[in-house]
Amino acid sequence: MDISFDLLMNAIVAGLLLGGFYAAVTAGVSISFGMLDIVNIAHPAFIILGSYIAYIINIELGIDPIVVSIVMLPAFYVLGTFIYQVYYLSFEKRGQESLRGLAFFFGLLFVTEVLLILVFGVDYRYVEASYIGPSLHLGNVDFPLRMLVPCITALVLFGLLHLFVTRTFTGRAIMAVSQDQLALQLMAADPIRIKRIAFGISIATASIAGALLIIIQPVEPSVGREYIGRVFAICVLGGLGSLPGTLVAAMLLGIMESITSTFYGPSWAPAVSFGFLLLTLAFRPAGLFGR
Amino acid sequence: MLVGLVVYVSGHLLGIGYLFFAGYTILQFIVLASAWNILGGYCGYVNFGSAAFFALGAYSTVFFYKFNPLPIPILIILGAVVSGIVGFGMGYLTLRLRGAFFAIATLAMAVVLQTLVVNWSYVGGSRGAYIVRADTVDIGGYTIEYIEYLFLLMMAVAILSIVISRTIARTQLGFGFATIRDDELAAEASGVPTLRLKLIATTISGALMGMAGAPFPYYIGYLQPASAFGLEYGVNSIAMPIIGGTTSWVGPVIGAILLGSLQQIATVTISSAVNLLIVGLLLVAFVVIAPNGLVGLIQDRLRARRDGK
Repeated sequence: MDISFDLLMNAIVAGLLLGGFYAAVTAGVSISFGMLDIVNIAHPAFIILGSYIAYIINIELGIDPIVVSIVMLPAFYVLGTFIYQVYYLSFEKRGQESLRGLAFFFGLLFVTEVLLILVFGVDYRYVEASYIGPSLHLGNVDFPLRMLVPCITALVLFGLLHLFVTRTFTGRAIMAVSQDQLALQLMAADPIRIKRIAFGISIATASIAGALLIIIQPVEPSVGREYIGRVFAICVLGGLGSLPGTLVAAMLLGIMESITSTFYGPSWAPAVSFGFLLLTLAFRPAGLFGR
Repeated sequence: MLVGLVVYVSGHLLGIGYLFFAGYTILQFIVLASAWNILGGYCGYVNFGSAAFFALGAYSTVFFYKFNPLPIPILIILGAVVSGIVGFGMGYLTLRLRGAFFAIATLAMAVVLQTLVVNWSYVGGSRGAYIVRADTVDIGGYTIEYIEYLFLLMMAVAILSIVISRTIARTQLGFGFATIRDDELAAEASGVPTLRLKLIATTISGALMGMAGAPFPYYIGYLQPASAFGLEYGVNSIAMPIIGGTTSWVGPVIGAILLGSLQQIATVTISSAVNLLIVGLLLVAFVVIAPNGLVGLIQDRLRARRDGK
């Protein structure tokens, strides 16, 4: 097969940009699954919710979707804390996390998705923003702004999260709660409250990821399903609980998917992420940067 | 079991055509739910990929149909074999993973299989595949509608799956499964061959789901990957056992009948999107409030009454 260098470069660049976006999508799961051990399989549904909220406000008021998502952060945070409270009372107290918790979130995924279908219908929705059309050109390589802006936003998001987790007391407490809950209690921090904050942050990231998603591609409610596998694949590949790992893994996955799409056809793309997930789980469950 | 048989036979005698369509779906879900429960309820391993085994059964039917149309009972057995093998393979790859990872891996497997089928144009790929079916069937001198034939076949499969899950629950195999669910490490330490038991569970579970899927192309006439592998089957096959009760063979059956009927009624009266909403809401509600399902609630009430005296 004649591999044109330009095509390859474009595929890699597209993959990197896509990877940045995937990182934003995965950030929430990295926190909830990586640090709190909560398998929030409904996370993509919340992202779609974020997309739709960005869509409505963009259509009605013409405000840029990313701005909308930042404004909606507190609302999503509250939603996250509420869900965690229900989760905690129903499952963690009784120590039955695995089956019931999974089923709970699975049910939540469906409920959210179907509610969106009932309210919005299954038409594809997309937003208007000034950077959706044009691209930057460097030599023979294109940088569509539609992908570049979300990628940069995602990197900023990651930078902020990383600072939060390493520099603030609450952030470090979140890292601690995943390592040793009892020790945390002895340090006079309430682990339940910490976990609640962490889960709230996790859902809040979905708000931003949702806005980024609808910038990159038109959205309809079942789009979230493709992301379930990607998100967990990235988490596991990067190593649970490691934010830098998640970023690297997301970029890797983005590049792999992009190259597969470009050279083998887009219908194979889902198999790449899920297949990689299976391979990682089979051979190196700790991931690249795992503890 | 005899009661079930009587009920179903009387259902068969009613002449309303739609009842057979609806009944087929419910029977199909009985099989799927019972099959899921063997791995999920008895062993405690949540399988999100039920759709994959179901779809494999359906696609193996399509595959053999393209060679040479075979009678459905044989197709059912073939579907069971195919899905059973895949179940075994999946088990071999993934059973070393603990709880959550296993569940995610099953989901991943389902999508990988779906992508393979989408790219395989012999069985129609994403174009889908048509199966032409006859209007009536001759059995031993009686001519019946095709859908009744499918219904009867499905009933046979359903009874088979109930018998299997009931038998497992009462034998050594079932006790082995229960020990895995309760504390796998302790079971392993006590000498229970957990890996072998788990493999048996995934194989049987997969085979039964394949059986449920094999007649599906004939039932629906047109098969495409997006719907056959859809998450709808996955969520239903999880919701029904959980709502009905995962600890015994009765649970999935009750769950399937209740939830299946509810969904059929909702599809006909309200809209077809709503039935998924119902499934999701009920699942969340039951998981939070009644973890052992309806069977569990009844058992608790019986126990309370017994203790109260």
